[in-house]
Amino acid sequence: MKDLLWLVPLFPLAGFLVNGVLYLISHRTRGEAADAHGSQGAPALAAAPAPSVHGENPAHTHAGSSAHDPAGHSPIPLKTAHTVVGTVSVGLSCVFAFLAILDVGIGRLSEGAAHVVTLYRWLPLGVNQAVGQVHGPAGEWFVDAAFRLDSLSALMIAFVTFVGFLIHVYSVGYMGHEEGYGRYFAYLNLFMFSMLLLVLGANFLLLFVGWEGVGLCSYLLIGYFYDRDAAADAGKKAFVVNRIGDFGFILGIFGIFSLFGSLDFGKVFPAAAAHPSAYAPYLTLVCLCLFVGACGKSAQFPLYVWLPDAMAGPTPVSALIHAATMVTAGVYMVARCNVLFRLSPDALLVVAVVGGFTALFAATIGVAQNDIKKVLAYSTVSQLGYMFLACGVGAFVAGMFHVMTHAFFKACLFLGSGSVIHALGGEQDIRKMGGLASKIPVTYRTFLVATLAIAGVPLLAGFFSKDAILAAAFEAHFASAPWLGRVLWAAALFTAGLTAFYMLRLVSLTFWGKFRGGTEQEAQIHESPRSMTVPLIVLAFLSVVGGYVGIPMVRGGDRIGEFLHPILLPLAGAGAHTAAHEAAASTEALLMAASVAAAAIGLALAYVWYAKGEGAVPARIAARFPGVYRAVSNKYYVDEAYDSVFVQGLAKGGGRFLWDFDATVVDGAVNGTRHVTVGLSWLSSFFDQYVVDGLVNGVANTLQAGFRGFRRAQTGRVQNYALVMGGGLFCLVAVYLLFR
Amino acid sequence: MKVQATDWLLLSPELFLTAAGMILLASSVFVGKAKEELFGFLSVLMLGITGVLLVFVSTMPERAHGPILGGMFVVDNFALFFKFLVLLAMVLTVLASVRFVGEAPYPGGEYYALVVFSGVGMFFMASGSNLISIYVALELMALASYVLAGYFKGEIKSTEAALKYFILGAFSSAVLLYGLSLVYGLGGKMGLADLARLYTGTQRTNAIALGILMILAGLLFKIAAVPFHLWTPDVYEGSPTPVTAFFSVGPKVAAYAIFARIFYVAFPKFQADWGLIVALVAAATMIWGNLAALLQTNVKRMFAYSSIAHAGYALLGVLGFQTKFGMWGVLVYLLAYTLMNFGAFALIIFLEAKGYAAESVSDFDGLAKRNMPAAVVMLLFLLSLAGIPPTAGFIGKYYLFTAAMDAGYAWLAIIAVLASAVSLFYYFRIAAAMFFTDGVSAKIPVSYALTAAVIICAVGTLVIGVAPESVLDVLHRCVPSKY
Repeated sequence: MKDLLWLVPLFPLAGFLVNGVLYLISHRTRGEAADAHGSQGAPALAAAPAPSVHGENPAHTHAGSSAHDPAGHSPIPLKTAHTVVGTVSVGLSCVFAFLAILDVGIGRLSEGAAHVVTLYRWLPLGVNQAVGQVHGPAGEWFVDAAFRLDSLSALMIAFVTFVGFLIHVYSVGYMGHEEGYGRYFAYLNLFMFSMLLLVLGANFLLLFVGWEGVGLCSYLLIGYFYDRDAAADAGKKAFVVNRIGDFGFILGIFGIFSLFGSLDFGKVFPAAAAHPSAYAPYLTLVCLCLFVGACGKSAQFPLYVWLPDAMAGPTPVSALIHAATMVTAGVYMVARCNVLFRLSPDALLVVAVVGGFTALFAATIGVAQNDIKKVLAYSTVSQLGYMFLACGVGAFVAGMFHVMTHAFFKACLFLGSGSVIHALGGEQDIRKMGGLASKIPVTYRTFLVATLAIAGVPLLAGFFSKDAILAAAFEAHFASAPWLGRVLWAAALFTAGLTAFYMLRLVSLTFWGKFRGGTEQEAQIHESPRSMTVPLIVLAFLSVVGGYVGIPMVRGGDRIGEFLHPILLPLAGAGAHTAAHEAAASTEALLMAASVAAAAIGLALAYVWYAKGEGAVPARIAARFPGVYRAVSNKYYVDEAYDSVFVQGLAKGGGRFLWDFDATVVDGAVNGTRHVTVGLSWLSSFFDQYVVDGLVNGVANTLQAGFRGFRRAQTGRVQNYALVMGGGLFCLVAVYLLFR
Repeated sequence: MKVQATDWLLLSPELFLTAAGMILLASSVFVGKAKEELFGFLSVLMLGITGVLLVFVSTMPERAHGPILGGMFVVDNFALFFKFLVLLAMVLTVLASVRFVGEAPYPGGEYYALVVFSGVGMFFMASGSNLISIYVALELMALASYVLAGYFKGEIKSTEAALKYFILGAFSSAVLLYGLSLVYGLGGKMGLADLARLYTGTQRTNAIALGILMILAGLLFKIAAVPFHLWTPDVYEGSPTPVTAFFSVGPKVAAYAIFARIFYVAFPKFQADWGLIVALVAAATMIWGNLAALLQTNVKRMFAYSSIAHAGYALLGVLGFQTKFGMWGVLVYLLAYTLMNFGAFALIIFLEAKGYAAESVSDFDGLAKRNMPAAVVMLLFLLSLAGIPPTAGFIGKYYLFTAAMDAGYAWLAIIAVLASAVSLFYYFRIAAAMFFTDGVSAKIPVSYALTAAVIICAVGTLVIGVAPESVLDVLHRCVPSKY
């Protein structure tokens, strides 16, 4: 069974192909029918998908759904086929994933067993002798199409396929009225394939293929409602910002290849672990490049800007791709490369600082958002920051633990928000909600459970993983900045309080109090169908129990720590100084108490201010500090800053930008690694803007004008051609005589 | 001159193919225009038998004995690879021609016969190991090609193409012949192996160098390298499209066979003399081909310049032939190029249904709406031509560029990469037209033979791109051994 591992990504791929072909066929016949219809003088049916019944832009939707009502309810061709293919393929993938894990054996996985299934040698490529490795001789180099099942990838495929399956089921209900139903499932299946390729790939190149694949699917699904400008723009933004990160990631892969002469996980990491001193000097740069990639994919500062906009996609997509799975790919990659990162304390420091800062930064923005999905989006950015903070302080296991629990409760929250939006016919503004608890009880209860889980209420999933991260941050020792661990811990603790606050604010405004929308709207509120509520219940259940694999302070309670332990290869000749310290029991208990207190304060404030006080206190605060409030609610004007610096700046003041760029890179090299990250991201945007675009567009445009002169050579006269050929022969001989 | 009976057996594919061409030509007198499709299927059958014979020859142990017919020909793996490749090009051409020739108001039998005769010439080119046999084979191929270019003899453009091709071809043949006679006259030897033994590099005189350079110039004409490329756009544009497709792969591939053989076997010691020149030619070819293609609005002219650029890429492998990937890369690339370039031309033929010319890029407008599979397959070929993974074009380019790096031509590899980036622009003009522009919505009639050709190309392009290893292993065995 374990040798059938390749079936895990194959099923979604097959699902994508079948769904895609079915959609194209049905779409084409529909288009022809529409043409025939139109020729008879009847109003032509739009071939493009009609606007959704519920969706992300309320005003547009209301206008659209009433105007296009007949179109919206016209039967979707092959709907059953799409449903069956879409869900069953992922379901089978999930079954085979678990079978493969059980076949290898959880015990053996936690002992460090790695099962590699090589399909075939993919690229048999030779190594140029100039590509020297630090260690070992340069040799034959190749990349296999191989899948690797070890404890890390086992954990990932387990929850990716399972949560993925649940969200596919949910989508059956949520997307049931959409014209592009088949297209949606085709994309979603393609996403599952890419994600599993990313996770299971046994080398950096395959990981990169999956990495780009999920980026593509993310783009396609964000822009799913492509007839809306906001969605199309958000898709483009996600794509462009991710390109910046990917550029760094590619550079990192190049670096790894030139250092190790291989891209295989099974070769690179043991080599690095065996000869730490030989590789360490080069790894800071490599790791920072990799981290730039992780920042793009996992929405870390300063590349997080695409994720909030990505909420323009359908809500199940936000749940699956932009919360539970794809955005955690960066964390997965960093955890996968933990050996390299552990060899570079500077890189780890950058990871920790960026992660900690992003966590706090995004949480403060989340406090002042009024769109239900935007709150959750900033919450996701913030939680991803937590995960990177964990990796940065060397607690990779805690980071992955949080990846898993976060997948459960954040998927539950997003799907719950989808259910709310569904119930309200497209409304997303929480100021127009309220009092929904009694009207959609299942959604309310599951949402509340997930909220308490993310807030860190004891004994729920988020509590355990968040606590592990906080403890690791507290105990972290950075040689260059000994105080940094405590600062990060304080920031993370404050973020925990903020998280509890804005989440309960969300619950209060959405479910408690009185309904603030119109009466007509109120009458139509209905609980979602079973296909949507069952996944919610399952995910809520997992949000409760998901943390019990990592109970601290109890002997044998930290199952996940034991399970993931083998990914932390021991470094030769080094103590466990980079591994997370085992805190004393008393300290750990104190830390736990502190985090519980932070969560309690956050929850209490939100309850008092929003549930009891109807938002009077926050309004007063906002009135008291208008500047602060404006900055926060406008997301610190980061988008505007990017627009003026990069978009406008590049378009208008290109020359000045070049100068700035130089200064930044030079300064960055001197002043520290933090700048290098920024510099690299600038470099990549510069590269895209000037080298790639410039090359393609510039060459094309200038040559369209300038090259016409050369065109005269192509006169069409044979005599001239023969003359040129004779001249050519003359040139050959001349070159020979000159340079022999 | 020692001749053995098995020598003729080793040449059985060529002999059979010659007979096949004559049968086609003779029978065309008795078959009317209405039943011309028969010739297409007859040709495919003949080519199929030739393929079987080739397989049979490849298993003959006598191949190991070296050159046959007194050193005129050699049937090594290298030759067999090119014969299979030429055969592939011929099969694709015939498949792509069935509907086209049927619709044209000219007799079809001679068309297929000419394709076959041209192919016979290419077969002999692949095997040639003597300056005489190589030259005669080259002329056989060329003469048949000139007539093919003018197959639409009632159309002025086709006639013009044939005449230009002929005049300039004769000119280049003269240069080539001059070079051959210089090399022969200075050494008194004709066989490539003899020449290699004779010219060990110690006697580097200007006269020998001039001979080599003239041979080089003659061959650069055949592969359409700058500055010997000027005939290409005019001939490609004027010839009937299936013929253009054939020209863009068949003669080019065969010319590369003798190019590689002559410079790899006979004059490797003179690389100091021809290396820089070929490098400069390669650079000029890649740059000029891609830049000129940017300006074209006529699809056939665009692909003419694109094929010039591709000839430039392949020169990198010739330059790096002493490194591990040089000759190997050339073989991989020529296979990939044959599949993807012919595939792209097959799609142009596909669009050239009655009353609808696929002349300009705008004729591809809205193809995705008219025929989605065709648009997707065309996109695949365009991606491959631009060298985007996971397609055959990427694998081929990777090997060529690696060979150039290994051989110390890093600057050339950089130019090649930049030139490839430029090529994306014009390839994607077609892609953009297919997917993002609205065009006429008339249905395109489907020809099964043409569809078969497209499928062969698409599958090959994709398989080499996704799982190249098996193909690469086979091709590695086809790299010629030095004498």
